[in-house]
Amino acid sequence: MEALTSWQILDLLLISALLALAWTAMAAKDLRRAVALFIAFGLLLALTWVRLRAPDIALAEAAIGAGLTGALLLAAASDEPDPVPSGRISAAGVVLTVVSAGLAVVLGWVFVATVQQADSTRLAEEVFANVETTGVSNPVTSVLLNFRAYDTLLELAVLLIAVLGVLALGPARAGYGAPGPVLSLLARRLVPLIILVSGYLLWAGAHAPGGAFQAGALLAAAGVLLRLTGTTNGGLPGDGAFRTLIVAGVAVFLAVGLSLMLAGRPFLGFPVAWAGSLILAIETAATLSIAAILLAAFLAGDPKHAAANRGSKTWQRTHKTQGHANEL
Amino acid sequence: MTLFLSLASAVLMVSLALGLIRAFIGPAIEDRLMSAQLVGTTGAGLALLLGLLLDMPSSIDVALVLALLAAISVVALTRREQSMEPGHD
Amino acid sequence: MIEIAAGMFIVLALFFFISGSIGLLRLPDGYSRLHALTKADNLGFGLLILGLLLLQMDLLIAIKLLLVWLLVMAASAVSAHLIAQRARRQERGLWKP
Repeated sequence: MEALTSWQILDLLLISALLALAWTAMAAKDLRRAVALFIAFGLLLALTWVRLRAPDIALAEAAIGAGLTGALLLAAASDEPDPVPSGRISAAGVVLTVVSAGLAVVLGWVFVATVQQADSTRLAEEVFANVETTGVSNPVTSVLLNFRAYDTLLELAVLLIAVLGVLALGPARAGYGAPGPVLSLLARRLVPLIILVSGYLLWAGAHAPGGAFQAGALLAAAGVLLRLTGTTNGGLPGDGAFRTLIVAGVAVFLAVGLSLMLAGRPFLGFPVAWAGSLILAIETAATLSIAAILLAAFLAGDPKHAAANRGSKTWQRTHKTQGHANEL
Repeated sequence: MTLFLSLASAVLMVSLALGLIRAFIGPAIEDRLMSAQLVGTTGAGLALLLGLLLDMPSSIDVALVLALLAAISVVALTRREQSMEPGHD
Repeated sequence: MIEIAAGMFIVLALFFFISGSIGLLRLPDGYSRLHALTKADNLGFGLLILGLLLLQMDLLIAIKLLLVWLLVMAASAVSAHLIAQRARRQERGLWKP
């Protein structure tokens, strides 16, 4: 009896905290405050996934939703002056409200339908029955990289297209100044550790929660830390090596799929004996790609030119006027 | 033991919720930064407790990533681009 | 026996976590809130790790738990330093609650 009540307390507090954070993050008057609240929201959401027994999603949410998205939003926010609300009701506002309300209704209906059909056959049972044929023992990875490998390939392609958009923005922004002793110590000790943990997550993805997305996001976070502490490109190589990195994920995926077709099997139809090694190869390339793409998005441009721009007169002129925009 | 651990999780969640109040009412950004830090630390502790309760050893990895990323978020929120002399945090 | 010791550590940890949160809420000044946050929360986290170590007698898990503890300590220390420096930079002295 007592144990049930404490779970209810936990869930109730979690839900209210999530809702309150989400609301205040949206309603915050200035962007930095909103981003801080959003980061707290992401951390709490990762905790919620742990509570819901979904450690893979918890890892991804912690790495991407809490760390990287916050940093990305901040990098974007520091250029924008705070928007002044005009008080008029705009057409765009009305459309957005209607669409959001419709979405909420649809989601509510989906939730109710799911709860009502709780005893019908679920896809998860099919997955659990066939995991041994996939070459990995973690059911999430088996779905991502074997049963629905085509979807993951398309997701990586979407990331690639997104980074092409980022590269079209021009050269990366000039970076941050040299850090003090505390930060540089943190960076020196933490970055190798993050790289190690990222490699561990990539490897563990086959038999435990983990995988390419989590590992790639963590690696990108290491790059973000490097950039924040003065390394110009956050550790990204320039030019040729960079382009190889961002293409690697899709390229290896396609190469594996096509060579399987040449061998007479369907596209991305892994033979059971080879599935484990092929999946590991794809995931490794995907990790590097995801990390490079996310980091390039944080740099907001092509890493090649950032170092070249640093000392130029144009850069110094532009950044003098923007100096005060970085105040809170 | 399970009963005790679930009670402990509830208490830890109460502590987290209390700390979050400062995020909502704190007048300065530093208060919200401190709340983000608190969510990171308390959340990692809660993840470890829940992992033991729900028999999920991988929640230690989640706590590890939470701790790492919370620190990086605070760094991101406090560093400013090129507007101070080098050698300062 | 071990479970009782672990339980005691966890109860102590909860006490420090709660007092850290209460300190964050009730102390009047940003700098003092930072004290409450970093010291109390860190101590609470360390005691929690100690209790969990006693409950899980697995070597690999123990090593991971110790690693998490070290990281949280380092992260809290650096975060506290950064937040305090930022507050000082903006020259916010004692501000009203």
